[in-house]
Amino acid sequence: MQLTDLTMLELAAKLAGRTVSSEEATRACLERIRQVDPKVRAFLRVDEEGALAAARASDARRKAGSPASALDGVPLGLKDIFLTEGVETTAGSRILEGFVPPYDATVVRLLKEAGLPLVGKLNMDEFAMGSSNESSAYFPSHNPYDLSRTPGGSSGGSAAAVAAREVFGALGTDTGGSIRQPAAFTNTVGLKPTYGRVSRYGVIAYASSLDQPGPMARTVADTAALLQLIARHDAQDATSAAVEAPDYSADLEGGVRGLKLGVPREYFTEGMDPEVEASIRETLREYERLGATLVDVSLPHTKYALATYYLLAPAEASSNLARYDGIRYGQRAKDARGLKELYALTRERGFGPEVKRRIMLGTYALSAGYYDAYYLRAQKVRTLIREDFTKAFQQVDAVLSPTSPVPAFKLGEKVDDPLSMYLMDVFTLPCNLAGLPGLSVPCGFTKAGLPVGLQVLGRPFDEARLLRIARAFEREHDFFLRPAPLQG
Amino acid sequence: MPVSDFQPVIGLEVHAQLITQSKIFCGCSTAFGAEPNRNTCPVCLGMPGVLPVLNQRVVEFAVRTGLALECTVKKTSVWSRKNYFYPDLPKGYQITQYDLPICEHGRLVIDTPQGEKVIRVLRIHMEEDAGKNVHDAGGGQSLVDLNRAGVPLLEIVSEPDLRDADEAVEYLKAMRDVLVYLGVNDGNLEEGSFRCDANVSVMPKGSSTYGQRCELKNLNSFRFLKQAVEYEISRQVDVIESGGKVIQETRLWDVNQGVTRSMRSKEEAHDYRYFPEPDLPPLHVSDAAIDAAAKALPELPRAKLQRFTSQYGLPAYDARILTAERPLADYFEACAAHYADAKKLSNWFLGELMRLLKEEGTPLSALRFTPAQLAELLGAVDKGTVSANAGKDVLGEMFRTGKAPSDIIAEKGLAQVSDTGAIEAVVDDILAKNAGEVEKYRAGKTQVFGFFVGQVMRAMKGKGNPTLVNELLKKKLGG
Ligand SMILES: [Zn+2]
Repeated sequence: MQLTDLTMLELAAKLAGRTVSSEEATRACLERIRQVDPKVRAFLRVDEEGALAAARASDARRKAGSPASALDGVPLGLKDIFLTEGVETTAGSRILEGFVPPYDATVVRLLKEAGLPLVGKLNMDEFAMGSSNESSAYFPSHNPYDLSRTPGGSSGGSAAAVAAREVFGALGTDTGGSIRQPAAFTNTVGLKPTYGRVSRYGVIAYASSLDQPGPMARTVADTAALLQLIARHDAQDATSAAVEAPDYSADLEGGVRGLKLGVPREYFTEGMDPEVEASIRETLREYERLGATLVDVSLPHTKYALATYYLLAPAEASSNLARYDGIRYGQRAKDARGLKELYALTRERGFGPEVKRRIMLGTYALSAGYYDAYYLRAQKVRTLIREDFTKAFQQVDAVLSPTSPVPAFKLGEKVDDPLSMYLMDVFTLPCNLAGLPGLSVPCGFTKAGLPVGLQVLGRPFDEARLLRIARAFEREHDFFLRPAPLQG
Repeated sequence: MPVSDFQPVIGLEVHAQLITQSKIFCGCSTAFGAEPNRNTCPVCLGMPGVLPVLNQRVVEFAVRTGLALECTVKKTSVWSRKNYFYPDLPKGYQITQYDLPICEHGRLVIDTPQGEKVIRVLRIHMEEDAGKNVHDAGGGQSLVDLNRAGVPLLEIVSEPDLRDADEAVEYLKAMRDVLVYLGVNDGNLEEGSFRCDANVSVMPKGSSTYGQRCELKNLNSFRFLKQAVEYEISRQVDVIESGGKVIQETRLWDVNQGVTRSMRSKEEAHDYRYFPEPDLPPLHVSDAAIDAAAKALPELPRAKLQRFTSQYGLPAYDARILTAERPLADYFEACAAHYADAKKLSNWFLGELMRLLKEEGTPLSALRFTPAQLAELLGAVDKGTVSANAGKDVLGEMFRTGKAPSDIIAEKGLAQVSDTGAIEAVVDDILAKNAGEVEKYRAGKTQVFGFFVGQVMRAMKGKGNPTLVNELLKKKLGG
C-alpha cells in the first residue's frame, strides 16, 4: 500500500503519531502526480516548492507538539478558481493567463492556517462553466476510472486528482452541481454546503447567488473533517451566514434509523441510464434495511429548474465577467486600436466558446425589454422551487436522488451539443437554486466499471445530517476502497 | 413664438460625496488628492474574487439626509448593478440602488421672487463613485486613477418642479446648505464632491405635456448650472421655432464656448442591464435606527433662519448670513447667550468678525477667544469703558493673541477717559487756544463744533468719552 492510498484521516493519524511526516506525504503526492498526471491531467499547475515548505513547517509544528488543526500536514489540491497569493490563478481561462493574485481567498487562508500543504491548482471548466472539464482553455482532464471519459465538471480536475490519489482531498466549487456531479463520476464524495456556509471571498465568481465552495474527498469522514476547516462566517462576504458550524464529525456514525428520507418522484423519470437507476434503487432499499423510512415526495417545479438556472446563472455571469476587459490584469489585446477594439479583441481572444455563449445568454436575459420575461420570471420560479423543498422538508429529513442521470460520458461525446450537456445538471441544480446543502456519495458501479453517485439533499445548514446519512451507506458498502485502474 | 411663450421644466439630479473616512464597500481611505491609485485595494480595483462589504456609515448618512428632506425611509431597499464598460469602472458595473432606493418622496423648500416654493424630491439612493481617466498623460497614453472608485455618493433626484434657471440654482444652493448642515457632504464643488446633472425641457405655455428632455451632465458650479440651463432653454426653443424636434440626449456644458454639446443620443445610449446585486443582501434599516437618526437631526438652515429672525429679532439679511454656515450660527448663538443685544452682536459679526476671518483666512473653529470674551468686549463698549473704535482694535488683538479683552485694554491703555475733571481741563485748554473759533461759534456758526470735538479727542489721544466731551463742549461754548 502506498502512502497516497491513505484517507485524509488515516494520514492525519500517522502524522499525529509521527510515523509519517508531512514532507513524506507531500513528496508522495508529488511523485504520484509525476506518475499518473500525464494520463489524468488533473493539474494546471503544481506548486512543489510552496507545498514542501508548508509541509516542513507542519512537521516542525508536529515536532513541537502544537499542530494547527486535526488535518495539519495533509496535502490538498485546489480548484484553480481559488485565489492563491503568489501562485498563478486562471479559472481555466486564457484571459487570466499569467494572473498572480496578491491575496488568498478566505478558504485558502483558512487551509493555510490549518497547516495543509497546497499541492497545486486543479483543472476546471473555464470560469466553472461546463459539466465535463472540456471547456477548460488548457486541456480536458480525464476520468481515472476510464481515461477516455470525462471526470465531470466543472470541478473535474479536483475530482480526478482525488480519485487518482494525487492528493488526499481537494476543494471545488458548485454552482449547478459542479462538486457533486464530478464526485459521482469519479467514485468520490463531494459536498456542496448551504449557500453562505463557506465564504466566497477570493473565489472567482461565476454566478454569485449560486456559487458555493465545498470539500471533495474519498470518504465521508474526510469530507466532514475538511468542511470543518472552511465552514466559517466571513465578514468579507456579505452573503456569508453568521451561523456557528457544529462538529461535523461528532455524529457521523449515528446511522439512519428512524429518519424519513424523501424520494422525489420528479427525479425518477425517463432519460435516466438504466444502470444508474438500478444502482440508485438498490441504494434506496439499503437505506430501508438500515432503518430509514422512504417517503414519496413531490417537487413539482423541478421541470423548470434547468431553464431557470440557464437564465439566472448566465445573467450573473455576464456581469461578473465584465471585469475581464484587459485594462488592469490578465491578457490584453495589445494590437487593438482604440478602446472599443481593446475590449472586443481582448474578450474575443480571452474567452472560450462556452463562456461567450453564457455571456450572450445572460446579456440577452437582462436586456431592457426582456428582463421581465426572462430574468424576473426566472427569479419567481426560483422562489417556487425553493418552496417545493421547504414543503418537502416538512415531511422528510432529507431527499435522495441520483446525482447524475448518466455515468461519466466519453470525452467529445457531448461537446458539440450544449443542450444535452446542460441536461447533465438536471438533478443537481435545483439544490443551488434553493440554496440548500447537497452531497454526492459513491453508491455503486456500472458493469463497465463506471462509478455511480447518490445525491442527498437537506435543509439549510443541515450538512451534519447529510454526512451521517451518507456515512451510513458508506459503512455498509465501501466502494471508496475500489481504486481507479491506473497503472502508476 | 419667443422664449417667453415657452415654459421650461427642469429637474436636478444632485450627486453628493459622503464624508466618510472609508469607501462604501472596502476600507480604503476617501481622502482627496492622494497619489494616483494609492487609495485602492483588491475590492475597489475589481480584482477577481473580491466581494463588497457595506460601510454602515453610508446608510446612516443616507437615512439622515432622507429624514432632513422629509422622505420616507424604506425599511428594505435593494442594491443593483448598473452594467457598462469603461476603464474607470473596474468591475464593469457600478453598485447602486435602482428600483428600490433607500428614500423616496421628500421635499425641499426654496425661495423664489414669488415666495416660498416646494420642490419635490423623487428619491435618494446610495451608490459608489467611479475612478478617473487621465488622457494623454504620458506619451499619448490614457491612464486610470482608481482612488475615487468606491467613494460613497448620494444621488438625490428631484421631480421636474423647477421652472427656470434661477430656481434651479436656488434649489442646488438650498440642497447644498442642507447636506453641509447635516455633516454628510462638504459642499465642495471644485473638488467635485458636490455636483449635479440637470434635465431640461420646454413646452408651450399653458401646455400640460412636457417636452422632450435633454440631460446636462456634470455641472460643477452654480454659475455653470445657470448658464447651461439658460442656454439649453433657448436652444430648445430655437429648435422648436425652426420647426425641428428636440431629441432626447445627454449634453455637456462647454465652459469655453458657453454652449451645450451633444455627448450621445438616446439611440446609442447604454442598456445598463440593471439587476439586483447578488453579492449584497437586501438592506434592512430598523425602526430604531430611523428613530435615532430623527432624534439626532440638527436644526436645518431654513428653520434656523426663521428662528434667528423671530427669536433674536434680526433682519432677514443678517439672519441669512449668520445661518449660512452652521459653525457661524452656532458661534453666534453662543455669544448671544452672554450678550442680550442681538442686533448689535450681529453688526459686530457681519462687520469686524467676518472681516478678520476673511482677511486672516482663519476658520471659525480656530478662533482663539471664547464667546464670553467677545460678549465682554461688547459690554465694555456699551459701558463706555472703551470706545467703539478702540473696541475694534481690541477685537483684532483678541483674534491674534487670544488674550482677554480687559487685559488688552489695560496693556494698551485703551480705556476711555470718563473723568469729567480731566476732560474739562482739556476742553478749557482747547477753548482758550482757539478764541477766534469760539467767537465764530457763539456768533452762530455752529458748524465749528466738530472742530472742537476733533481737537479735544486728538489732545486726549482718542480716549476721551465722546458723550462727555460733547456735553462739556456744549456747556462751555454755550456759557
Ligand atoms: Zn479599496
